Amino acid sequence: MSSRFRRATARAIARAIALTVGVMTGVTGIGCSRPAPTPVATLRVCADPNNLPFSNARGEGFENQIAELVGRELHERVEYTWWAQRRGFVRNTLKAGTCDLIVGVPNHYQLTATTQPYYRSTYVFVTRDGPNADIQSLDDPRLRTIKIGVQLIGDDFANTPPAHALSQRGIIQNVRGYTVYGDYRQPNPPARIVDAVAKGDIDVAIVWGPLGGYFATREAVPLHVTPVSPQQALPALPFTFDISMGVRRGDSLLQKRLNAILAARRPAVDSILRTYGVPRVDLPRTVSMARLP
Amino acid sequence: MSFRPSLTHRAPIALFLVVLGCKERVIEKHPSLEAARTTVLPTPAGDMRANPEPDDGQWIRPAKDYSSSRYSALDQITTSNVAGLKLVMTSSTGIFRGQEAAPIVVNNTMYVVTPFPNNLIAYDLTKPGFPIKWTFKPAPETAAQGVACCDVVNRGAVYVDGELVYNTLDNHTIAVDAQTGLKRWDTKMGDINLGETMTMAPLAVNHKVIVGNSGGEMGVRGWIAALDVASGAVVWKAYHTGPDADVLIGPGFKPFYSKDRGVDLGVKSWPGDLWKIGGATTWGWISYDPKLNLIYYGTANPGPWNPEQRPGDNKWTSTLFARNPDDGHAVWAYQMTPHDLHDYDGVNENILLDITVNGHPRQVLVHPDRNGYMYVLDRATGEVLSADPFATINSSTGMNVTTGELTTNPAKEPKVGKVVRNICPASPGAKDWQPSAFSPRTGLMYVPHNNLCMDVEATDANYIAGTPYVGMNVKMFAGQGGGGIFSAWDPVARKEVWRIDERFPAWSGALVTGGDVVFYGTMDGWFKAVDARTGKLLWRYQTTSGIIGQPVSFRAPDGKQYIAVLSGVGGWAGATVAGQLDTRDSSAALGFNNAMHELPKYSQPGGSLYVFALP
Repeated sequence: MSSRFRRATARAIARAIALTVGVMTGVTGIGCSRPAPTPVATLRVCADPNNLPFSNARGEGFENQIAELVGRELHERVEYTWWAQRRGFVRNTLKAGTCDLIVGVPNHYQLTATTQPYYRSTYVFVTRDGPNADIQSLDDPRLRTIKIGVQLIGDDFANTPPAHALSQRGIIQNVRGYTVYGDYRQPNPPARIVDAVAKGDIDVAIVWGPLGGYFATREAVPLHVTPVSPQQALPALPFTFDISMGVRRGDSLLQKRLNAILAARRPAVDSILRTYGVPRVDLPRTVSMARLP
Repeated sequence: MSFRPSLTHRAPIALFLVVLGCKERVIEKHPSLEAARTTVLPTPAGDMRANPEPDDGQWIRPAKDYSSSRYSALDQITTSNVAGLKLVMTSSTGIFRGQEAAPIVVNNTMYVVTPFPNNLIAYDLTKPGFPIKWTFKPAPETAAQGVACCDVVNRGAVYVDGELVYNTLDNHTIAVDAQTGLKRWDTKMGDINLGETMTMAPLAVNHKVIVGNSGGEMGVRGWIAALDVASGAVVWKAYHTGPDADVLIGPGFKPFYSKDRGVDLGVKSWPGDLWKIGGATTWGWISYDPKLNLIYYGTANPGPWNPEQRPGDNKWTSTLFARNPDDGHAVWAYQMTPHDLHDYDGVNENILLDITVNGHPRQVLVHPDRNGYMYVLDRATGEVLSADPFATINSSTGMNVTTGELTTNPAKEPKVGKVVRNICPASPGAKDWQPSAFSPRTGLMYVPHNNLCMDVEATDANYIAGTPYVGMNVKMFAGQGGGGIFSAWDPVARKEVWRIDERFPAWSGALVTGGDVVFYGTMDGWFKAVDARTGKLLWRYQTTSGIIGQPVSFRAPDGKQYIAVLSGVGGWAGATVAGQLDTRDSSAALGFNNAMHELPKYSQPGGSLYVFALP
């Protein structure tokens, strides 16, 4: 293959990419504005103002970064509706019509329509250096004696997957609960459980990957982050989840535009997630790619 | 002085429609109702209420009297003339969320507490049309809404020593001068940032106001506290989990049953230190017996642990307490639902009666619990004299009064990874907060309650940090006849006397009067008057929203008897409308939505005071 041909091919590919991007912009840009309560070109995002590494009011979370990326692709300015991410969050934000996008929801989340998943993460063990640093299984006998921290959500019959998995194994007396709501006056209340590992209050925390991956690198002592195995404790109790974006049911235009952006800008999204230390256990992408518009 | 209420010009039309409505709709037939119609009820000998108080025509606390009878002796409105009842005044509260409060009437003024932002509105009863005198706006923190469990309700204020005292959603207990509407004191009792809120109506006893917290699901540790009426200073505070010293359990604590005796059970009945965030909040009703000098109230469910994670009785959740109101010390406790599996809080009302049980006069409290049993306890000792099902129950198979133990049904225990169908009662219980009434004239209790069962299914996503929470899939559905029941219960004969089926849970309080008329509201917006002896529908009025408030009766300066109620659907059951939940989402509002999906067809959000009288 001649170098000239190679250059021509490269130019053709570049043109094709430019064309694709152009078409994409056409699809996602002004020509096709979705019905919105205000005519201003804004991307209205529903987010928690105090919940790193996901989001905060200073825009320091990876969901803030991804929202900015999406805003740039849509040529829309990102505006936030802030609400603590607890019961009533969706009702008081997305469903109340004050914003149109939740950056991270479980795929097929029942309160919203969801995009194709853009990452898959897992619950992780967070441990200090030392004898427990290599724990990787819920069936490790050490879990019967060392102090374990889990997060609690506290609704009727439902709790975090690790809380359920431990009680099913009869591991109860040595478990300490950290309410996921925590003290909202403190920064990033869900991070207290990782602080507790660093301080030695507990020997191991079992937390959602993005939380563990981010805070483990920000404590005064080195911490280890290990995906929980098995990945599923019961047919209905998995430890890995696909995360998508959430929009109002019926807002299929925004949903399609987001799917297009997530497909086209996947490397940029991946790069943001990598920067924040999000542990990834993504499945092969063939299925989700094939179904993109 | 002539008294001319406004809006009377509207009344004839409304009345016309109402009368038509009554004629075309015959009350639902029910075997027990038919039986009641053929039985002439004996009028009970003497007033069965504990420490009956003479009726001054006012309504100074939500439960009317210390025995929580919600009985008004006023008798101008009777079963014979109630069909002529007319709307004399209506006024918007300005807040279209669930209106659970009882209007308070004292010194020719009526006071209403709105849902969040918890405004206190005073109406002048000396002027035609009862105009607004002043509105006190406490301006609670907006963020309180984000942590409130189930809508942003408030159950009302209490009048004491020239002031109205009530709680705000962001945990302030506030005293407002009844004349001027100016704040006298304001005590911060908790923090919304910790998941804590306050929704209950205080009770004033011995120059103290007793208050408690809400938010068990958020990892809050439940407590009850007394504040000085004059200063707002906290006099005592008792927790409902933890060591005896925290629970104010001392040498004077004498529980009737051995299962409730022991040292530091609030710690020992939990694994590890789970009690520290164990729930057992105090968001319901408090009664008082001045002779025994004891207050009575129940605690809420355990939280936020799932049941298999908290083996043990989890004391003192779902428990009835008797305490000395002066120092807060517990005198007895009885745990109705140890190791609660179904969210059966124990916070419902306790009606204090003096009745004959097995031939002996007993001082009792009657408590219709969420777990479906109508408990009758000796209120001096805490002994359970009887516990009879007043609704469909399959989550337990019986209550042993000798041991005080509830026999639960293992087949109906919710478990992760398992689908359990048809659990009755559902989480809101056979009866939730909606308070009953008792008439000394009929000897009957009037009990608004639920008729709901549920399926509990595991879901593949419980909680994932950084994403909005997805709960376990709980689907509630209405039982036969509809989602609600309004029934009359004979506490001596221990049986239902009549019942009315309702489409939706009967989520309003009950009122009974000296005219033998019972008033209650429905979530599809009807305000109803029925015959206290037969349950026969005598009158009804369609308000603009569903009713979940507490009706009251009072005498205005013109000497006439009035009936007042707030309309405005909401609360847990009404969140479908008030919170604008998506009716396709069956697990929203903790699964209640499934049972309520038709509600938006019948009720719009609202928030209005309605006052009725005879022409």
